[in-house]
Amino acid sequence: MSDVTTDVVNVPARAGASAGLAGVARHAAPWLALAVAFAVLPMIFTSGSALTMLSLMGIMIVFALSYNMLLGETGLLSFGHAVYYGLGGFVAVHAMNTVIHDRLPVPLFLIPLVGAFSGLLFGIIFGSVSTRRAGTAFAMISLGLGELVASSSLILRSFFGGEEGVSTNRTKLLHVFGLNFGPQIEIYYLIAFWCLLCMVAMFALRRTPFGSMCNAVRENAERAQFVGYNPQAVRFIAFALAGLFAGVAGALAAINFELVNSAAVGAGQSGLVLLAAYIGGTGNFIGPVIGAVLVTWLEVMLSDITDVWQLYFGLLFIGVVMFAPNGIAGLLMMHEPLWRARAYGPLPRLLLTYVIALVPALATLAGLIAVIEMTYHRSVKASEGTTISLFHVTLDTASFVPWIAAIVLLAGGFLLFRRTWPVVGAAWHDAIVYAQTAGKAK
Amino acid sequence: MISHFKTMVCATTTAAAIIAALPAVAEDTVKIAYIDPLSGGGASIGEVGLKTFNYLADVTNAHGGILGRKLEVTAYDNKLNAQETLVQVQKAIDSGIRFITQGNGSAFAAAIEDYVTKYNDRNPGKEVLYFNYAAVDPVLTNDKCSYWHFRWDANSDIKMNALTNYMKTRPNIKNVYLINQDYSFGNAVRAEARKMLAAKRPDIQIVGDEVHPLLKVTDFSPYVAKIKASGADSVITGNWGQDFALLLKAAADAGLQVDWYTYYAGGTGGPTAIKQANLPDRVYQISEGLPNEPYAPAREFEKAFRAKTSVSLFYPRAVNEIRMFVKAAQDANSVDPVKVAAKLDGMKVTVYNGGEGFMRAEDHQFFQPMYIGNLGPIGKDQPFDEENTGWGWKVTGKIDTQDTILPTSCKMNRPS
Amino acid sequence: MLELVTISALNGVLYGMLLFLMASGLTLIFSMMGVLNFAHASFYMLGAFFGFQISEIVGFWPAFFLAPVLVGGIGALVERYGLRRVHRHGPVAELLFTFGLAFVIEEIVQMIWGKGPVDYRVPLSLNFSAFTAFSTNYPAYKMFELLTAIAIFAVLLMLLTRTRVGLIIQASLTHPHMVAMLGHNVPRVFMLVFGVGTGLAALAGVIAGPALVTQSNMAAALGPILFVVVVVGGLGSLSGAFLASLLIGLVQTFAVSINLSVADVLRPIGVAPPNGGVLFDVWNVTVAQIAPIIPYLLLVLILIFRPTGLMGTREH
Repeated sequence: MSDVTTDVVNVPARAGASAGLAGVARHAAPWLALAVAFAVLPMIFTSGSALTMLSLMGIMIVFALSYNMLLGETGLLSFGHAVYYGLGGFVAVHAMNTVIHDRLPVPLFLIPLVGAFSGLLFGIIFGSVSTRRAGTAFAMISLGLGELVASSSLILRSFFGGEEGVSTNRTKLLHVFGLNFGPQIEIYYLIAFWCLLCMVAMFALRRTPFGSMCNAVRENAERAQFVGYNPQAVRFIAFALAGLFAGVAGALAAINFELVNSAAVGAGQSGLVLLAAYIGGTGNFIGPVIGAVLVTWLEVMLSDITDVWQLYFGLLFIGVVMFAPNGIAGLLMMHEPLWRARAYGPLPRLLLTYVIALVPALATLAGLIAVIEMTYHRSVKASEGTTISLFHVTLDTASFVPWIAAIVLLAGGFLLFRRTWPVVGAAWHDAIVYAQTAGKAK
Repeated sequence: MISHFKTMVCATTTAAAIIAALPAVAEDTVKIAYIDPLSGGGASIGEVGLKTFNYLADVTNAHGGILGRKLEVTAYDNKLNAQETLVQVQKAIDSGIRFITQGNGSAFAAAIEDYVTKYNDRNPGKEVLYFNYAAVDPVLTNDKCSYWHFRWDANSDIKMNALTNYMKTRPNIKNVYLINQDYSFGNAVRAEARKMLAAKRPDIQIVGDEVHPLLKVTDFSPYVAKIKASGADSVITGNWGQDFALLLKAAADAGLQVDWYTYYAGGTGGPTAIKQANLPDRVYQISEGLPNEPYAPAREFEKAFRAKTSVSLFYPRAVNEIRMFVKAAQDANSVDPVKVAAKLDGMKVTVYNGGEGFMRAEDHQFFQPMYIGNLGPIGKDQPFDEENTGWGWKVTGKIDTQDTILPTSCKMNRPS
Repeated sequence: MLELVTISALNGVLYGMLLFLMASGLTLIFSMMGVLNFAHASFYMLGAFFGFQISEIVGFWPAFFLAPVLVGGIGALVERYGLRRVHRHGPVAELLFTFGLAFVIEEIVQMIWGKGPVDYRVPLSLNFSAFTAFSTNYPAYKMFELLTAIAIFAVLLMLLTRTRVGLIIQASLTHPHMVAMLGHNVPRVFMLVFGVGTGLAALAGVIAGPALVTQSNMAAALGPILFVVVVVGGLGSLSGAFLASLLIGLVQTFAVSINLSVADVLRPIGVAPPNGGVLFDVWNVTVAQIAPIIPYLLLVLILIFRPTGLMGTREH
């Protein structure tokens, strides 16, 4: 008897570990680390265009995360999400102009709230008609609505500003703490703050019962209905909230560029956020963040390197769709069992096989790039002579040699790459087995 | 021990060799950023501009460069997007470039002008200049003017003024139909056309005034049917690109016989469309220069230009821009943007195809002689044809600089 | 007035027929395989460029037959090695694959033929005026487009309802497993359907190329309208697509001729226009100006009120 009671008393309170100060610190730690990282980044990357790029990444992160609330969480594929982003931007810029004109005591800092409100409003209005259906019909409605709003932008000139869009001056709002928000660094910190806030909010939403309901509706709407939830209501609320955060992103963009035009609601912008969320990975919270950072970086830097940057974008996208449908985050998360089981033993061998596979992969990539660039040069830029400079090597596209070299790299590299797959597969299999047995042993 | 020592020696010598091999990087170039569409839909136009500027840089460098330094053109792709344009401007500024040129799209021009003005205001000592070579929305040198913006292309009001001055002298024009793209430029064209025709030839009837969405219409036959039904003998249009080509195609299909008074008939694809539509000597264009203009230095330049780039010189104004840039730097004996701007302010020059031009200090709009030409089979006097069609431009009218001047509402903030 | 109506009607029918030429292939694929082929307009563009290139070498009529076959072959390969692979990742992945494909095809076309228009001409044998209606010439080429579109419609309808192959295809639509168990090679049927669908799009491209500007942005310009036609007509219905193409063609053509705005209608009654802002724009916009967005309005309305389309039989 006494043994039993002492056993009961002595059971450590592991179940209650989430409660209490220690639990809060554990949950808050990653966010604090992220906040510190955001704060410190501009001190590492100090150039003007780096600051601009970081600001753009911040905006895109919020936008991509809001998109993933639809796609990843609720299973709604939307081709017109930029509508809420763009409209949030337009309302924000009109609000800024009104504040400036009427000298209202509203600091720039609070303008993203205007974007949030606008995103929520339009999310409710358009969501009430869009979310009646799901699946392909929903995708088509979103496409149609997107085209409709984008086309109206040239008709409703007073709101959309016609071709030039609507511009504003962010330094003319109320100055608080001596900040006039002229310099890009101040804008970066404003964006970083709102980005962090939105990230926390969206992460928290995932963890609520509502978030789980969204996942249920995504998996099997019929079953969710049988359990008692109304899938349409769930979709509608998710849609409105996604619109809210997209509106915040739009307002941040309006502040950053001091200009919003009809391209912000267009199909191109919708496509870009879809690309970013999907390449990053729609199954994890961190996926769209990765995708946003990568796509922004590529978009800004790639066009300097090559004229056919859009082709590479498209190929990357198709590659992800075909070979890694869970995105980059999905690939990383595949390693989670290893991390969980703290299976560090097989890790060096696994990484080594990755390196072995990487070499022919890079060769294939180099070959592909060479073929693309040379074809482009021969067909379109023929008048500029026959030589091009690729990877700091000058190639004469008129002679056979670079072509043969490129094709050999491409074909040979690919065949070698295929040969390495079983090697990687075996190492992976061993690692997983080790992780499972190690986990069981613990 | 020995192997350690050997490794050290190898490493040090290699390092030394690499350092020695690094070329002495002397920043003795003056860079100008060219920001226009270089991919996607607008690329065909953006590339022609880039070829032109690259050629001009080569010619300048062959003649000693700009104050002894090499002129270099760095291209940035704005992807036909205003926000992207601003990102590229920021990139250019960040790599030390202080002169920006752009022209395709008044919307992007407005964005750049706004950005540059704000940037110069917030960053004194790091000023940047914006040379506009083709964006013709009048507002850029009127309500939205800026000291840091210089425009070398006659704005659309000036062009319409010149065009209507020419139309005034043609008594066979009785019924005019207006068809334009529905955006700031198209609307400026039609508004000014109505105003100026009413003032100069009140007897001319405007029998139609149509706007259509920009670059979206694939079949212009309904519009052509309306033109036919209206009984017009002349059409004024600012259409460019595929809007021009398709309009002409539909007109040819329907057998529409009218005179066309245009701004951009000579743009990429235009002459081909005109030839295919079989409309010799009926399509007019207003421009600051045409290839077959009888001015020897211009003809020589055109010949050399075509030999090198295989396109015709669609931007004589770019030649004026670069020549004046070089001259301003020489006059100021500096490539500092503030000093260059001060010299460009009010500068008078002999323009590319003869005649006098000047950069009005009030609004930084360049005024120059304007030419009206029409496209048709070329004769002995016209050495240049367009797009290998065998048809070329013939100059049918010239308007002197003084007769092109229009007032401005610009009130720019000048630096003290 | 009568002249305008007649000519607009003729133009509308011709434009509608062109749309149908393109939408027929998309309907086939969409309804048979449940795959929304975003890249359909890109195959149309490929057809136009292949047609141009082949007619440069051997002439228009060989191009008329060769180009669709070539592009259809490419389509079949895309299905076999691309789409089929992606199929197991779900419908979203299929949609996204075709989305990425559209992108890539446009870029490749730009890479090879450049970004400007190419000089694809109407063949001399068809370059005359068919008849003159009210002093406007009607080109024979447009008549040729019209006749080809009608012929294709007839052939397709017959193929699907009267032949064995057509019956198998229709059965695979609703009962793919049963059909497979009966011994038919369902994946091969899908590959065939995809190839024929894209081949039809390419045929539309070969024919439309000389009439419209053949340029690398052709696909982006016509893509959305194509979806509108297919959805409005009804998923799975060829006759629906035919009706929808005619409807949209006529509506757009007529709308362009109407210069009425709300202001024009209400002014005689004495209602004053609002001073500024959004309402002012809406007040003064003419029907002609909103003509291009009418298809999207239709799309949204149909999807809300009648998601199966005008004549659709299958709901997704």
